[in-house]
Amino acid sequence: MSEIDLRIAAPVNGSAALRAAGLAAGTILILAAPLLASEYWINAIIVPFLILSLAGLGLNLLTGYAGQLSLGAGAFMMVGAYATFSLQLRVPDLPLPLALIVSGLIAASVGLAFGIPSTRIKGFYLIVSTLAAQFFFEWLFLKFPWFYDGNSSATISLPRGLTVFGLNAETPHGRYYLTLGAVALLTLLSFNLVRSQTGRNWMAIRDMDTAAAVIGVPVTRAKLQAFAISSFILGVSGALWAFAYLGSASVQSFGLSRSYQILFIIIIGGLGTIRGAYLGAAFVSLLPLALDWLFQHLFSGHVDAGLLQNIQKGIFGLLIMWFLVKEPEGLARLLGIRLAARRRLFPSSQN
Amino acid sequence: MSMFLETLIGGLLAGTMYSLVAIGFVLIYKASGVFNYAQGSILLFGALTFVSLTGQGVPAPVAIAITIALLVLMAIAIEKLLLRPLTNRSPMTLFMATLGLSYLIEAVAQGIMGSQVRALDLGIDDLPIFVGDIMISQFDLIAAGVALALGIGLSLLFNRTRIGIQLRGVADDTRAALSLGIDINRIWQIVWAVAGVVGLVAGLLWGARQGVQFSLSLVVLKALPVLIIGGFTSIAGAIVGGLVVGAGESLAETYLGPFLGGGITPWFAYALALVFLFIRPAGLFGERQIERV
Amino acid sequence: MKRLLLAALLAGTVFSGATVTRAADVSQYIPLPTYRVGAYASSGELWWAGERDYFRYINEVEGGVEGVKLNYEEFETEWSPDRTVEVYERVKAGKDGSPLAFFFTHGTPATYALLEKAAADKIPLIDPAGGKTETVDGTVFPYAFPLLFSYYSQASTGINYIASKVGGFDKLKGLKIATVYHDSAYGRASQPAIDVLAKKYGFENIQIPVADPGNEQSPQWRQIRETKPDWVFLRTWGVSTVVAIKTAQRFGFPADHIIGDVWAGSESDVIPAGKAAIGYSALAPYPGGTDFDIHKRLKAEILDKGKSDLRDQKLFGAVNYNVGLVNAALAVEALRTGYKHFGARPLNGEEGRWAFEHLTIDDARLKQIGFEGLLQPIKITPTDHEGGGAARIQSWDGEKWVLQTDWIKADHDLLNPLIKEGAAAYAKEHGITPRTPDTETN
Repeated sequence: MSEIDLRIAAPVNGSAALRAAGLAAGTILILAAPLLASEYWINAIIVPFLILSLAGLGLNLLTGYAGQLSLGAGAFMMVGAYATFSLQLRVPDLPLPLALIVSGLIAASVGLAFGIPSTRIKGFYLIVSTLAAQFFFEWLFLKFPWFYDGNSSATISLPRGLTVFGLNAETPHGRYYLTLGAVALLTLLSFNLVRSQTGRNWMAIRDMDTAAAVIGVPVTRAKLQAFAISSFILGVSGALWAFAYLGSASVQSFGLSRSYQILFIIIIGGLGTIRGAYLGAAFVSLLPLALDWLFQHLFSGHVDAGLLQNIQKGIFGLLIMWFLVKEPEGLARLLGIRLAARRRLFPSSQN
Repeated sequence: MSMFLETLIGGLLAGTMYSLVAIGFVLIYKASGVFNYAQGSILLFGALTFVSLTGQGVPAPVAIAITIALLVLMAIAIEKLLLRPLTNRSPMTLFMATLGLSYLIEAVAQGIMGSQVRALDLGIDDLPIFVGDIMISQFDLIAAGVALALGIGLSLLFNRTRIGIQLRGVADDTRAALSLGIDINRIWQIVWAVAGVVGLVAGLLWGARQGVQFSLSLVVLKALPVLIIGGFTSIAGAIVGGLVVGAGESLAETYLGPFLGGGITPWFAYALALVFLFIRPAGLFGERQIERV
Repeated sequence: MKRLLLAALLAGTVFSGATVTRAADVSQYIPLPTYRVGAYASSGELWWAGERDYFRYINEVEGGVEGVKLNYEEFETEWSPDRTVEVYERVKAGKDGSPLAFFFTHGTPATYALLEKAAADKIPLIDPAGGKTETVDGTVFPYAFPLLFSYYSQASTGINYIASKVGGFDKLKGLKIATVYHDSAYGRASQPAIDVLAKKYGFENIQIPVADPGNEQSPQWRQIRETKPDWVFLRTWGVSTVVAIKTAQRFGFPADHIIGDVWAGSESDVIPAGKAAIGYSALAPYPGGTDFDIHKRLKAEILDKGKSDLRDQKLFGAVNYNVGLVNAALAVEALRTGYKHFGARPLNGEEGRWAFEHLTIDDARLKQIGFEGLLQPIKITPTDHEGGGAARIQSWDGEKWVLQTDWIKADHDLLNPLIKEGAAAYAKEHGITPRTPDTETN
């Protein structure tokens, strides 16, 4: 808890020079990361962590900022992945970065369509619409061979691999920089977005939508905007998950458990914060690995393996509950990282 | 025509199996405003405990008693350790907490009792009965009877007994109930325990049909559309909602499925629920507005 | 986030530096992606018990394979292909000085997901009685090994068995054979083969999908009741099998006219169905039972000495346990082939491929290792990564599986062109030039 005390003690604006230095050091570190980490760390931990952060960010715009609960994050990721596949297959002239953007737009329009019920139904009931999206797309992309080009495994993989404007991005470093580029751009976009009028509209709707309507916030438009932009980011992250991380994907990669995972990320990380998505993604992707590593070294061979795996699962469940009880505003607050912007808390009352 | 009737009746009866699961949700939602995702895990836990005990040679009535005792203890623990600290949090937080809870319960259940699929024989043979041309499942008929009996029993409990009236007070206006000196924590414990027992009944019936195994916990996904259609707060709604979903799914798979390539049941119930949401947002038997402003 | 990344990076460099190579006495590393929690744990648990018991038997009783000990390690995946990919990344560089000779995927979707990665990394993917059927063609897929029994072979063997029951292939004409399948790539994998078989023999081919997870199947079986097929081929998995068998009984379809595929034919599939499953048959490239020689050896050396990984010893010899035994034995025999060729030291992926492509287990060898009757004779070649393609048929009598037949071979002359065609299409799409194994030197 000392960190929180420190945060309180620190001057609100901090030292600008120190901050700039920190930022520069951070940037260099992030850019140089592939040179420091092993291939395993890049391929199996850092890249998926970045993509999950991006997905968390996308969902956080919708759920954390605009207050629209969604259990369909996986569906919109799925749309992005399958759209990218189709574009790369059927429009070979379109370079991958543009294909990612177009796929994002396709995911956005799908998000828009499934967001329409949000103009009539609110709160918890909205999860029906998003769950419908989840199950519908799982069925659709499996049912019709056109979506996976009729191959017998119903999995999709890029026909020409990862190429960015003629450069081969299939190496660990290539995957890392491609992912990093997309994540950085979209984070920047989100950062500015939530500070714009759009972001303020979202938060007004989240906090009290009737009141927002009364003061002239275009509620319907803002909600649909949130669905579209959130789905855009989720779509891009889905494409990255399929092709920059997994290499190939099927609907199983974006099943309901993926949607839960993304929701866990923003709840644990902190609803309505940008960095919450990163913190949550780190927690969700590193914790199972850490538990796995710990148990392998401590108990392997002494305890029945099945029991061991169940204990790990139980601990994961316990930690989630513990977090919700102890730190409702997530890691973003727990770690006390504080930027100059005034924090907006997710309303804790029941309305 | 008889094909249509049979599909309809079969669907309605299958729907009561969904109702059984949904009733557990309604109880908890009514009392504590939680959409309890862990209800599926509780169902699994109850059924698994029962078959593990009978597998060890414990007579069935004793096994039932022990299982119920465990479910009551679990309800008390959940209330004390999870619900109480989370009082007044957003429904979403509570929902997430029950997701975490479901992980824990599944891990404990499978960790202790193993993950092997167990057979559960309730002594009901699932042989076809023919009424004219129409085939009806004996098992489903009994399940429907159980669902109906549970529905009536619980309605009586909530309308005639002191606890039931207190519960309704809590559901209608938590603050007023508190100021009248109703022990809300105890009400929660009771309701979670009753929901656990309802879960056990549903778990036994579902377990008899498909074996007691992990996938029992997945039936929660069928319950949500049932609740949307019937309303989150009404037991009668849960029953009717189950009937609508069951019949809808059955008819859709038979008559709509061939045009769409089949296998449409997972999303069809949700699509149906969406339609209902547009027409009647509070559900067929819902009591209040979706959300208070 | 920065701090966290920094910590992660530091940890990464520490971990990667920590792998110290021990020069002498290196054991062969075998990672096992497993699923002991979640929906598929009931089959998984026994499977890993079989694999671990056999590896332990090899290590402790036979002193390893040609003197090389096996170092096996489990990783939980909950049957998720994504998590299997993560495990693959984690282990593909090997461990403690041992490279990776092959990777068990333990599930068809995981094989699909890893197909291209593994080909690029030159690590053989081993998925007996699973995998992508076209990968039988090793000239296009050098690193995929759907050993034993492909999904096409399943269809063909099933039809061959039905033909023997109805009194010959000519009697198939005009029959109705319905396939109730799990609506996924796995469930559909046998469809092209059934299409061809239906054309050849003139039976009516009815395909009925069941959506995952499949715990309510009345509409599907009502359709069966309407169309009145003579036989039903069940291509389900997990809970959908139990519900199918139970629902069949409810709709009055006789269990002895249902034939399950490999993954619908274990104790977990029939015990919960109770009396409804009596008479139900399944294809068994991995027969159940403890009457095989290897079981006597394991009982004496592993189970009775309290070293078994089986939690409940009643399940010794269950189908899924035997799946583990057979898969482990295939790996051990392939490694042995490789050690004899390359020397007794851990093999890398390319050497692992060579080893699997030269794996031959004939009847005499089967007797020696105690697998007679449990495993069919195997001969893998660079052009045939299946190497078997036969199954026995077992029926459930309410207590145990009873073997009905000896090995029934699939009709490979019919299936091979289909496989070649699929592989060639894949090669064209991915710009792969098929190998010409005859000119390869090793």
